[in-house]
Amino acid sequence: MAAGQASGAARWAGNGHRQAAITVAGLTKNYGEIEAVRGIDFEVPVGETFGFLGPNGAGKSTTIKMLCTLARPTSGSATVAGHDVTSERDAVRRNIGLVFQDTTLDNYLTGAQNLKFHAALYGVPAAAVEPRMRQVLEMVGLWERRDSVVMTYSGGMKRRLEIARGLLHAPHVLFLDEPTVGLDPQTRASIWEYINELKSREDITIFLTTHYMDEAEHCDRIAIIDHGQIVAIDTPEALKASVGKDRVQIQTADDQAAIAELAREFGIEAAVHEGAVTFSVASGEQFVPRLFAGLTTAIKSVSVSRPTLDDVFMSYTGTTIRDAEASGTDQMRQMAAAFRGRR
Amino acid sequence: MATQTTEATQASEQAALAGTIRVAVPEHSLRTDLRAVSIVWRRELIRFRRDRLRTVTSLIQPVLFLLVLGTGLSSLAKGGMPPGVNFKTFIYPGVLAMSVLFTAIFSAASIVWDREFGFLREMLVAPVSRASIVIGKCLGGATIATLQGVIMLILAGLAGVPYSPVLILVLVGEMLLLAFTLTAFGVMMAARITQFQAFMAVTQMLVMPLFFLSGALYPLRGLPGWLSVLTRIDPLTYVVGPMRNAVFSHLSLNPIEIHALSPSITWVGWPVPIALSLGIVAVMGLAMMGVAIVTFSKPE
Repeated sequence: MAAGQASGAARWAGNGHRQAAITVAGLTKNYGEIEAVRGIDFEVPVGETFGFLGPNGAGKSTTIKMLCTLARPTSGSATVAGHDVTSERDAVRRNIGLVFQDTTLDNYLTGAQNLKFHAALYGVPAAAVEPRMRQVLEMVGLWERRDSVVMTYSGGMKRRLEIARGLLHAPHVLFLDEPTVGLDPQTRASIWEYINELKSREDITIFLTTHYMDEAEHCDRIAIIDHGQIVAIDTPEALKASVGKDRVQIQTADDQAAIAELAREFGIEAAVHEGAVTFSVASGEQFVPRLFAGLTTAIKSVSVSRPTLDDVFMSYTGTTIRDAEASGTDQMRQMAAAFRGRR
Repeated sequence: MATQTTEATQASEQAALAGTIRVAVPEHSLRTDLRAVSIVWRRELIRFRRDRLRTVTSLIQPVLFLLVLGTGLSSLAKGGMPPGVNFKTFIYPGVLAMSVLFTAIFSAASIVWDREFGFLREMLVAPVSRASIVIGKCLGGATIATLQGVIMLILAGLAGVPYSPVLILVLVGEMLLLAFTLTAFGVMMAARITQFQAFMAVTQMLVMPLFFLSGALYPLRGLPGWLSVLTRIDPLTYVVGPMRNAVFSHLSLNPIEIHALSPSITWVGWPVPIALSLGIVAVMGLAMMGVAIVTFSKPE
């Protein structure tokens, strides 16, 4: 992880000028009435691992689809590996690797046959297919299982095979759309081991989307996307530093009374999130004794936490990612309906 | 999990020794497109080989028609047949067409299946023309549908059809043509119908009429006007006719008997030559494949 970050950072710092693997300017995408992506701008330098963080329905997958030439932008422009995503689709496709949210493997073929299929579609020179296949399969620990039919693979193995396949034609940019969604925590951790491994080995820029905060920590930089707009973009550390405050959550006998009292006595704006009265203060430990002294509402429990990406997310969007997911579901349904209507 | 980690470490050591293998993805060209056609085609064959159960179950219906219906109706049909000719021989070309029909449509259905299971996307994002994917799919479907027909061809003896090499070649050629056109039709439908259930419903609705209107089970003469018109619209007619003609030409029958069993397809009295008949089917197949290519080439 650390090594990957360092080498990635060194590569573009050492270049003198920042070479961009991805540039995006004023990109929008509407599905009928619904604005899925509303004018986003960002740049990803070569060698960086860049994360798109946001709740489901925030526009992450739509952005990836546009960058991969699978969807046409409504307006704005984007280049990937130096090629325009609308006017040079083939050139973009040759230079990118893709791992989608849902598996796109042929269950009736073996792992090796899936990769050979991919190699032929991407025109990997015949002499390079075998050695490169071995290399990527070894990287994800599937070389021994290459001749088993994919149907017999576990979920984690399938995802690893897809990552191997995405790398087979040595793309400059690898897109990972929710690479660990639907996997158990242990398998998620192992997928991240492989991704970090890959960062240190291959000369590659990784663009990924996630709605898991802990996964965003693996990225060199992250962009927080909410309602189709980028609300913050920086390194995870800088983002956490920008919040700068500790988060205090208290469980009380009467939440509304506690919120009113906090505002009156301490001038603190609090709100109920995840079932607890939540607010931010500069120094949590020192504030807790004052809280007990000053609050008449009974407190059942207190928790103080250092800023996490959750807090970053909350401070930029005014909600936690889990709450946003819940309310986002309706919006997603609308989008899905609009999308189906078009077809 | 622990073993996976050690595997990963070992693998990384090996890979580190080997160094990253450089791969240059070539520019899009006719060669890359042909390679794509070939791999899509090969995938169909691999899947056909692996799915033996489907091969066996697909035989059941044609065999039922040939042996059960064919035997059952043969005494009834005896009056209309020259001496020594069995009803089974008469319906044999139709039964061959039937097994091609079912397999070709089912093979096109795999596009809808691929769409639902995501594999279609793997093909559609590749830096190759969509045309090469559609062409590969049509050729692949045509090949396996023909192979299925070839399995039925083994039963020729049971239907009193001689194993003449020339006849077999002609029949295989005609089945290949039919298989191509039917797969192209299925792929064209699959380009528009994106849900598996809907696709199966629509094709089920079309398959039996296509079969019954093709003259697979009765000669195309002396039919009432409405039926006569419908049979001329059915593309299957234009292959079943030539196939039956080939079969009866290889039995020792006189021309009058052949004509009685296998009359030419006529358009308002004009007999359509066999070459034209097959040409029509080929043109239809190419046209439908063209429509499929256009449909798949539209971006989202």
